[in-house]
Amino acid sequence: MMLEVRDLAIDIARPDAEPLRLVNDVSFRLAAGRTLGIVGESGSGKSMLLKALIGLLPGTIRATGSILFDGTDLLALGEAEMCRVRGRRIGMIFQEPMTALNPAQRIGDQIAEGIRWHRRVSAAEARAEALQWLERVRIPDARRRIDTYPHEMSGGQRQRVGIAIALAMRPDLLIADEPTTALDVTVQAEILDIFDELVSDLGVGLILVSHDLGVIGRIADETLVLYAGTRMEEGPTEAVLRHPRHPYTRGLLAAMPRRGGGVGAGGDLPTIPGTVPSLAALPPGCRFANRCGCVTEACRAAEPAWRTAADGRGLRCILGPEAAA
Amino acid sequence: MSGALLSRLAGRLPLILGGAITACIIGTALVSQVWTPEAPTRMRFALKLKGPLAQGLLGTDHFGRDLTSMLMVGAWNSLSIAVLAVLLGAMAGTLLGVTAAARAGIIDGAIMRLCDILFAFPAVLSAIMLGALMGPGALTAVVAIGVFMIPVFARVTRSAAAQVWARDYVLAARAAGKGAARITLEHVLPNIAGQIIVQVTIQLGLAILTEAGLSFLGLGIAPPAPSWGRMLADAQTYLTAAPHLALVPGIAIALSVLGFNLLGDGLRDLIDPRRRLAA
Repeated sequence: MMLEVRDLAIDIARPDAEPLRLVNDVSFRLAAGRTLGIVGESGSGKSMLLKALIGLLPGTIRATGSILFDGTDLLALGEAEMCRVRGRRIGMIFQEPMTALNPAQRIGDQIAEGIRWHRRVSAAEARAEALQWLERVRIPDARRRIDTYPHEMSGGQRQRVGIAIALAMRPDLLIADEPTTALDVTVQAEILDIFDELVSDLGVGLILVSHDLGVIGRIADETLVLYAGTRMEEGPTEAVLRHPRHPYTRGLLAAMPRRGGGVGAGGDLPTIPGTVPSLAALPPGCRFANRCGCVTEACRAAEPAWRTAADGRGLRCILGPEAAA
Repeated sequence: MSGALLSRLAGRLPLILGGAITACIIGTALVSQVWTPEAPTRMRFALKLKGPLAQGLLGTDHFGRDLTSMLMVGAWNSLSIAVLAVLLGAMAGTLLGVTAAARAGIIDGAIMRLCDILFAFPAVLSAIMLGALMGPGALTAVVAIGVFMIPVFARVTRSAAAQVWARDYVLAARAAGKGAARITLEHVLPNIAGQIIVQVTIQLGLAILTEAGLSFLGLGIAPPAPSWGRMLADAQTYLTAAPHLALVPGIAIALSVLGFNLLGDGLRDLIDPRRRLAA
């Protein structure tokens, strides 16, 4: 297994209180050449999780548990060792293509720089390779565009450059934080195509975070559903989206706009009532209890444990896999 | 001329005017190194205290030295001391500023408090101290003015660099495995270069003023090398008999400070898009 996250918890230090737990009890595995989709709404801990994976949590935030990457626990590595992992072994793609590129540097140089940073190649070789990557992420007229600055490009093109920068360092694992959220739908589809192609061609592992189930359904092999800092459901994407077992996943799916069905009597889109609870004041029982349609007395007593069903799918719900459907 | 063009020109006026004045001063300084009307140190007592146009373009001083030539060589002396001092201050200050921005916490705090201490000493005071230690001279002036500039550049650089550090592309660079030094070189410095250049220009004006102050007090470049500050000091005795002796270097100092300040302001408007003209 290329990546194995075990019992990950993330805490933020507070000046005059106990540390606040942002992420609790998250575990998952990812094999090379596979894609894991992580779904969750704002405040679900998605971004914290990604930053923990690449070791870029701010100083006041601590991760505990273990992140085994090819057998090495990344949480045990020092900053200098982590610098060698970042970029070279684990690449990252950001949500905002408008701000994730250095405005003062030509895009070709930004790609070539990463290549030369991790491998000893000549400037000319790195440039030639940068050009190949630009073509690979389908930048039209790449030979000419290689010398342009980020502000001369559209959002979609910049995101492709961001992907090229990350991939040019040939990471084994690629982490993408909402890579298509800031793009319009047609560009989104193109970017996802590029991801699909690269994951299968290069055999990299991809973790893609999104709040958009459409994106996840299209690209991810496995799906992990996060809510208020912990995992609620996990399994093969197809199974999770077609036969969701957790009431929260069902709520998310119902809230997706679609043609034909799904829309309520008044033409309104179904929503999940309420908001994500504050992490500082979580209810004693299930975190989703106050918004759940299937809530029982037992739900409020204690937080349900994570259970793995016979078919390998994981679930954190007192009702169990049978209750669904 | 159309109104729009006129208002654009008016908006660019500081840049044009400042550039022109600065170019004149730098040109004069350069020319003085190959040609002056007279040797600037040649005394001709028969021709002393002549008014402008009576002897040479600007007249002569109490030793009969040609004021035009002294002014030209003085431009070179003032400018070279100012440039060296600002270079010293800009390099040391920028280094401190980017280091402080890259290393938040104790190092950042230590650097900035050090700058506060440096800032507490006026340039003239530190020059008197240095002069006592090293003896007066051009080097003393360069070091005194340069050290005085360090905190100015450190603060400007730190705040500009801290803003760049908060950008996504720096996070992206960190995610690419780059260390603080590499990020500073590749991402921070290119993106704050404009602000540093503006600051250099404005500080050059201030450095010329301070240099004139130091040589007025006899702490600048050693006589008989002409300098604007000492020309002004020498003129005090003859203020009623030959006011042009004070006016000529005085105007030169005021003009060059004005020139560099206008140029700095103009460059800032040019570089900062938020202040760019809507035209």
